[in-house]
Amino acid sequence: MTTALLGTRRGALVAAALLLVALVLPKLIYPVLAIDIIAYALFAVAFDLLLGFTGLLSFGHAMFWGGAGYVTTILVARMHLPLALAALIALVYAAVLALIVGAIAIRRQGIYFAMITLALAQLQYFFAYQLGDWTGGENGVQLTARGNLLGIPLENDVAFYYAVLVIAALGTWFVVRVVRSPFGAVLGAMRENEQRAIALGFRVDRYKLVAFVLSGTLAGLAGILFAVGNRLSGLDGVDWHTSGKVVMMSLLGGIGTVFGPIVGAGLFESLDYFVSKTIVGDKTNIVMGTIFALCVLLFRRGIVGELLAGARKRSS
Amino acid sequence: MALGLSVIFGMLRIVNFAHGVMFMLGAFVAYYGAQLVHLPFYAALIVAPVVVGLFGLLIEVVFLRRLYGLDPLYGLLFTFALVLIVEDVMRAAAGALGSPYSPPDALAGATNIGFTLFPTYRLFVIGVAIVVCVVVWYVLERTPVGARVRAATEAPVLVRALGIDTQRLISLTFAVGVALAALAGVLAAPNQNVEPTMGDKIIINTFAIVVIGGLGSIGGSILTGFALGLLQTVGAVIFPAFNDTLIFLLMIIVLLIRPSGLFGSPASAK
Repeated sequence: MTTALLGTRRGALVAAALLLVALVLPKLIYPVLAIDIIAYALFAVAFDLLLGFTGLLSFGHAMFWGGAGYVTTILVARMHLPLALAALIALVYAAVLALIVGAIAIRRQGIYFAMITLALAQLQYFFAYQLGDWTGGENGVQLTARGNLLGIPLENDVAFYYAVLVIAALGTWFVVRVVRSPFGAVLGAMRENEQRAIALGFRVDRYKLVAFVLSGTLAGLAGILFAVGNRLSGLDGVDWHTSGKVVMMSLLGGIGTVFGPIVGAGLFESLDYFVSKTIVGDKTNIVMGTIFALCVLLFRRGIVGELLAGARKRSS
Repeated sequence: MALGLSVIFGMLRIVNFAHGVMFMLGAFVAYYGAQLVHLPFYAALIVAPVVVGLFGLLIEVVFLRRLYGLDPLYGLLFTFALVLIVEDVMRAAAGALGSPYSPPDALAGATNIGFTLFPTYRLFVIGVAIVVCVVVWYVLERTPVGARVRAATEAPVLVRALGIDTQRLISLTFAVGVALAALAGVLAAPNQNVEPTMGDKIIINTFAIVVIGGLGSIGGSILTGFALGLLQTVGAVIFPAFNDTLIFLLMIIVLLIRPSGLFGSPASAK
């Protein structure tokens, strides 16, 4: 299984390499883009906890990402709460939302699960659109300043980047721990053979729900980082294209590999950025969509997944 | 009223993101047809489905076919990629702003239907939707081809063993589904702007309808579609601001009470 990667020396090497790249990233590219990449990487890791390790494809994860972003920016900009408190409330919002949505969506499986999560995410989108007094409608909610987190000033983009990196690394570490725990083993068993997991006496619905809440909350955390990093949350964040984007990142990097989605997010965001500088302009989806389509058709294991499969073939 | 037509896609069991795109392309074929060669509206009702249906057939034969036998989620993801590509291509070609498309004069204005005035064009759309629903129902339920299509979706292996080319049937069904989406697009064009993202909303509504109706009886899907169409029309009057959310709220209620959908059998609730 690909999860074997996590405990091996090779896994540690991949993690170390990623961390190294992440450490120098703001020197290589525009710091806010680097913040976006790390936020999306955490988003993709959170999403992959659900798709890769539980076997549930959510097509509505933007609701946690964008929703938590909105809550944070609204609380800070309109109610003048301190950032840390606003972020905490936003996390609780994401968790409660995930609990409700999860409880409804796990009643169906496969393609229906995807459709239900998408439809529920659209519900939140419409509310965000209609409640323009709070969400700013098309304009979104702007933060005039990032403020500071527990005394650490965050105005400097590079300093903020490293704060984001620490949080994202902790989030990823948490996912690794979850996946490797007995709880994670049950999730894997459900993905492989749900009937057998039921026969073994596991209450699969509860496991799914817990996985959904964990994933949604972490996606919310990533969304908070993104919103604060850009000093903005808007309708884009809760739009279904964003839900699709995280699916693309995860699949591109390799689902069920933990580090794959990080690679996918980094590649996707930087590619998107550089493509937008060419003649394609803001129609980057022509290129990104084509890459994703090829990925679905030709290398479904994703970049990291294919590399692992190649390495295993050589060593056996 | 495109809602009534979206029901059909659920029935054909090939719901995916592509239908939103095909819906949009149908409208664009009509629009460009009118702009470039003065294609009349009634001709567009035939031309657009044929053109887009062929495009759909091409997509199915070249790409989607490779994904059968895998988890159906990959089909969904591929069509999502298709949405991104086609939407941006159309954005590049036509611009992000919508273009108006006028219905023929004969259908403009309003008609008195006894107790109230009703836009003539909407009456026409409802009429077309009913006719299409009946035709599709008849073909699927009462003809040999329809029987094969139903059999092929329920037990493809067995049907192949009987010497029927299921691949061809699936391609055909897909093309017809796509053509219907394009037809819906042409019908919707005069009511809304012709723009690259016009398919997005319809496809998400369709997803909700499929979840609400559940798979199973064709009559059930049609009933669900019309009931929801009615609900949205009434909802638009009572609380317009949150009309778009009604269908999703209903979906939640249905899922809580009958997880397999209103007309679905529990066995098909997968």
